[in-house]
Amino acid sequence: MAQDQTQDQTEAQQQNHDDSAAANTPAPKRPWNAFATPLVGKAVREASRLLHHGGSAFPGKIAEDIDPGFLARTLGQLPLGVVLVSGTNGKTTTTRMVASLMADLGLKVFTNPTGSNFTRGVVSALLEQVTLSGKLDADIAVLELDEAYAVHFVHQVRPRYALLLNVMRDQLDRFGEIDNTARLLGHVAEATDGTVVLNREDPRIAALASVTPAHTKVQYFGLADDLKHFFPSDDDMATTVAVEAAEDAGSAEPATAATQSSASPASAPQSTDTLPADVTLTRVGDHEASFLISGESQPRTTTVRLEGVYNLYNAAAALAVVRAVQADARAAAVAPAATARTGSLAARVSAFAEADADALLDAVSRVTPAFGRGETIEVNGSEIQLLLVKNPMGFRLSLGSFPPAGHETMIIINDEYADGRDMSWLWDVDFTSLRETGVAMVSGTRAWDMALRLEYDRVTVEQTGTDLESAVKQFATANPGVPKHIYCTYTAMLRTRAELAKLTHVADAGVGR
Amino acid sequence: MENIVDVMSLYPKDMNIYGDSGNVLVVMRRLALYGYAPRLHAYNQGDDWPEHVDIILGGGGQDTGQKKIIDDLFARANQLRDLAAGGTPMLMICGLFQLFGEYFETVDGARLDGIRVLGAYTVGQEKRMIGNLVEHSDDFGDIIGYENHSGQTFLREGTAPLGHVDHDGTGNNGEDHTEGARVNNVIGTYMHGSLLPKNPAIADWLIRQAVINRYGEFEPDQTSEQMFEMARLDALAEEARKVAAARPR
Repeated sequence: MAQDQTQDQTEAQQQNHDDSAAANTPAPKRPWNAFATPLVGKAVREASRLLHHGGSAFPGKIAEDIDPGFLARTLGQLPLGVVLVSGTNGKTTTTRMVASLMADLGLKVFTNPTGSNFTRGVVSALLEQVTLSGKLDADIAVLELDEAYAVHFVHQVRPRYALLLNVMRDQLDRFGEIDNTARLLGHVAEATDGTVVLNREDPRIAALASVTPAHTKVQYFGLADDLKHFFPSDDDMATTVAVEAAEDAGSAEPATAATQSSASPASAPQSTDTLPADVTLTRVGDHEASFLISGESQPRTTTVRLEGVYNLYNAAAALAVVRAVQADARAAAVAPAATARTGSLAARVSAFAEADADALLDAVSRVTPAFGRGETIEVNGSEIQLLLVKNPMGFRLSLGSFPPAGHETMIIINDEYADGRDMSWLWDVDFTSLRETGVAMVSGTRAWDMALRLEYDRVTVEQTGTDLESAVKQFATANPGVPKHIYCTYTAMLRTRAELAKLTHVADAGVGR
Repeated sequence: MENIVDVMSLYPKDMNIYGDSGNVLVVMRRLALYGYAPRLHAYNQGDDWPEHVDIILGGGGQDTGQKKIIDDLFARANQLRDLAAGGTPMLMICGLFQLFGEYFETVDGARLDGIRVLGAYTVGQEKRMIGNLVEHSDDFGDIIGYENHSGQTFLREGTAPLGHVDHDGTGNNGEDHTEGARVNNVIGTYMHGSLLPKNPAIADWLIRQAVINRYGEFEPDQTSEQMFEMARLDALAEEARKVAAARPR
């Protein structure tokens, strides 16, 4: 009944781009001025930097306007094609992992920096990297794209690989409904020519196998049964108020029944279990994880620098797509790595194709967390973990992955467009796991909404500070030595990092501060 | 002995999209803080109808969710209409607000019938009405929330709005400055955010109607701790309301 806004937008975008590189147009039109695009783009980029324009996508807009075929033409040169990563949660971490694994195994990888997960951002990133003659020095591109922009993108460039992670309620004020979001990702699967890699445990994603073209391979990544309770599907979210608990308890414990949401929302086993997964996450330990790779009898264990069970599941996703690229590279490799000219494309591709599972897992062990995805910053001897939260499922997964005991907790909720304007989503998160420790500080534009939410879950809030910067400073410097968790929305994360950068060194995450 | 109050969450599996469970949580918790014994019934399609229902809370859903529940909703329509006529308080947000009306006509002309508890009908439009919203009500004061819908809802004569909005392009249809609908003790509205946490006056009104229906009078029996806790919740809600009302659309 509710009108599908996203689809309208997408169709409008589609029409705008019907004249550019469509699916079956192998050679995009090259306007007479195309030779100048890299130069103009770079000049605009430099100018906008000098003028502190700030918007990293601005040069991309100029390039898109003067040369709409730039994206398709530039990415079309890549010998191993394009890997497109999309889904609601984990895009940034997973994209970073895929790029890092491939680079580790010897490929030259182009990827879009954090936060520019829309087409124009990709164009801007390309402008930075191409030579003046329009060449991109890379073997493969790994691109993170927001669901709506992914559709826009595949109308210009058909990806060889698509890695589709999950569909969850995320800023419904922006995307409309999750079934629409699944449809958007369906368009991506339809436009993918090599391999589509799907999350077996998300029914809406697994179902996209049916829209994948016949000539395209489908692979899955999955979870062992005993890890599934960490990943309730979006449908399991519907009953945050522990209805079953209340019913079981009858009227015996009415006061607790309402708020005692189950600590581990048990997800019903999906019928998709029978699908074979190429990579399965089988176990999560303290900074280690085990993956079962298709064709092997035992899982392999590796140490990891990533935190949080959902990041490790993203690693399974990354492994699956890297293996898909490897399979094609093996088929295409003409000469073994040893005989190819050192440093040549053939040598790189052969070495990549020949990398075994040990090498893959070694590469996994070296991946570091992305900006705000469990990134740790030290202030006054306290390790502060920054945890980006942007939708109920992500928030729940983070709360489940980072036990609060022994830590102080701060939550910062802003309501700009990038954060989600509607606060309803906070009511879909179960905060009862914070009841024991309480929350030391709540801040952000919607600090009071957050404090109210916690109070209804009977989680004690020590302080609500509406001035974000001073609240961050106070929280970060109090109780030196005590490790801390800061959960924050996107714009809150940017401001938190900027504030922490005044207190200690904070790495440049490539998104500005 | 404990005074039980039976709260029904209507179709929580399929009609619960914008934190609608927040409304359930607030009713349950406030009932308990007033000294009653709330009992929650999650009613999904095909379930048995509980013996007793004092309050019904329903939310929004996706197209697929609406398709899944529609047959069951019609099977229960007489029951729901009788309860509504008998004064059972109900709160229906967004999708169920539309389905509690007369019909919904989509942009391409397809007509979906509602169960006609509320004298309201909805016509699909391309433009979505979306953003922070404050509406004014004589009974509840300012109602603070967030709307997100594309259907334009129009009220029949005899159906009162929940409140009035200040600006064109907001509320039921963007034209007549009404928002929501009220018939008997049934409230339909597009406001989420969630609605009840920041609008405790509405939560308490639903609770009061339910308790009076069941026990003849509303006489909270609160411990001082419960009173204190309620005051703390309401103080937080007041701060959150001030901020929300001042945020841009």
